[in-house]
Amino acid sequence: MSEPAYHPRELLITSIARLAKGARHAAAGAQSAVPGSGLFLAQQWAAEARERPMQVTVLGSSKFYPFTDGGRELFDMAGQGRLDVFFLSGGQIDGFGNSNLVGIGDYPNVKVRFPGSFGSAYLFYVVRRVILFREEHSRRVFVPKVDFISTPGASPPNVYRPGGPVALITPLCLFSFNRECARFTLESIHEGHTLEEVLDNTGFEFDRPQQVPTTAPPTPHDLSLMREIIAPKIADAYPSFARDMWGYEPEAA
Amino acid sequence: MTDNPLIANIETLASEISDGATIVLPRDHSGTPMALVRALIRREARGLKLISLTSAGLSADLLIGAGCVEEIETPGVSLGEFGAAPRFTNAVKKGLITIKDSTCPALHARLQAAEKGVPFMPLRGIIGSDLLKVRPDWKVIDNPFGDGDDPIVLLPAANPDAAIFHASMADDHGNVWIGRRMELKTAAHAARESFVTVERFYDGNMIEDDRYAAGVIPALYIGRIAQVERGAWPMAFWDKYGRDSDHLREYTKLARSDDGFEQYLAEQVFNAQVAA
Repeated sequence: MSEPAYHPRELLITSIARLAKGARHAAAGAQSAVPGSGLFLAQQWAAEARERPMQVTVLGSSKFYPFTDGGRELFDMAGQGRLDVFFLSGGQIDGFGNSNLVGIGDYPNVKVRFPGSFGSAYLFYVVRRVILFREEHSRRVFVPKVDFISTPGASPPNVYRPGGPVALITPLCLFSFNRECARFTLESIHEGHTLEEVLDNTGFEFDRPQQVPTTAPPTPHDLSLMREIIAPKIADAYPSFARDMWGYEPEAA
Repeated sequence: MTDNPLIANIETLASEISDGATIVLPRDHSGTPMALVRALIRREARGLKLISLTSAGLSADLLIGAGCVEEIETPGVSLGEFGAAPRFTNAVKKGLITIKDSTCPALHARLQAAEKGVPFMPLRGIIGSDLLKVRPDWKVIDNPFGDGDDPIVLLPAANPDAAIFHASMADDHGNVWIGRRMELKTAAHAARESFVTVERFYDGNMIEDDRYAAGVIPALYIGRIAQVERGAWPMAFWDKYGRDSDHLREYTKLARSDDGFEQYLAEQVFNAQVAA
């Protein structure tokens, strides 16, 4: 198999952009350079198609964080349904779409302590399209059952929940998530990786079609957009990422 | 420059925040009062209960490592791209502090209840999260305005003794300008008193100038103000100055061990040359 003509992260960015298409407002949280880049790509696609402009919010950026009512504004507007896309990760993620951001072992004096649940126990319910994203695809992360549910993948029908997870993207593959049956389906495998690799490194059960397609690669146009348009934007919050990925150096002030 | 009794030096501020107090601490970059945190460690504050608004960072890690903290309520503690907060992680694993895990909007809501003087605030989400199991102080009721099957979480008001933060400027009247960092307003409204460090003083009354008035916390809420230039160092302060990455890398390395952390405290907190 020949080497792909793009960086593996450029494929992740493109996959994220596809999932974010059509959003009116999409946001990327802390430590989210790849998701943020995916949103800027989706925003650029919308601009080129002359669709309604997409608001992209990047936490930690000053240029791409237009809110003026304090830290609560993003949560308040999300509660109203004004945030269509957000990302979530997890120290552990299980096959029911539950995410653990708290720790491994018996709470509270856990063996391994993760930073904490942050906004997950709220945004995971009210944001229409939550994209799970983790750059480590291993059995240590993708477990049969999480030790602590920071936020559940699915809820009983009486619980107010207009949103929730729709997909899980890893360096190996893309899963979709069905909220009714709380289960992942393998949608596609990234170029250079195999079904065996996905099965070996995933600790939970998932559904899959007979033939699993290969994730569509970024087009040459997408790659040039990333290098020319996305790099300077994501550099506002993630300067070292923009430099390492695309050699982008901001002009000296 | 002024004889307003609200204005004092930083050691006075630290001495007026009493042991056992419940304190709201802003997140990194939103005016984290690092100089005041160092003054609290120097005066050997004990039994503090921290409420972080919302994520906690270096300020919480330092206070925890120095033994000042009994309890922290937080949605998460992290040094961002510098990694996990080593003293927090150590203290939780060893059971040295009480951790009250939360989620960001719950912290905002608990303080909003306090600023309205009401006993609780409802919030969507959370149901089905194990946070509800470890937070017996959070209740689920049926929405009294719904049609009978709509569970919703109620969060009790947080009524902190003090809010502490660093801001850009204050004036002679004791008004403090926080610009668009409105979470600092919520913190100041919710807390009994706010102890604030500022970069500089403004000549005049900011309430009388429309360019500033909307971003002002009036003196009514303020307990005490001290001027400390670069009072957020080594953290970034709004868009005024960036963080000191070399310092943070060094901290993360040292704070992995008890001895390294003691060395950091000796050099960076108790050393009078740095401490100002």
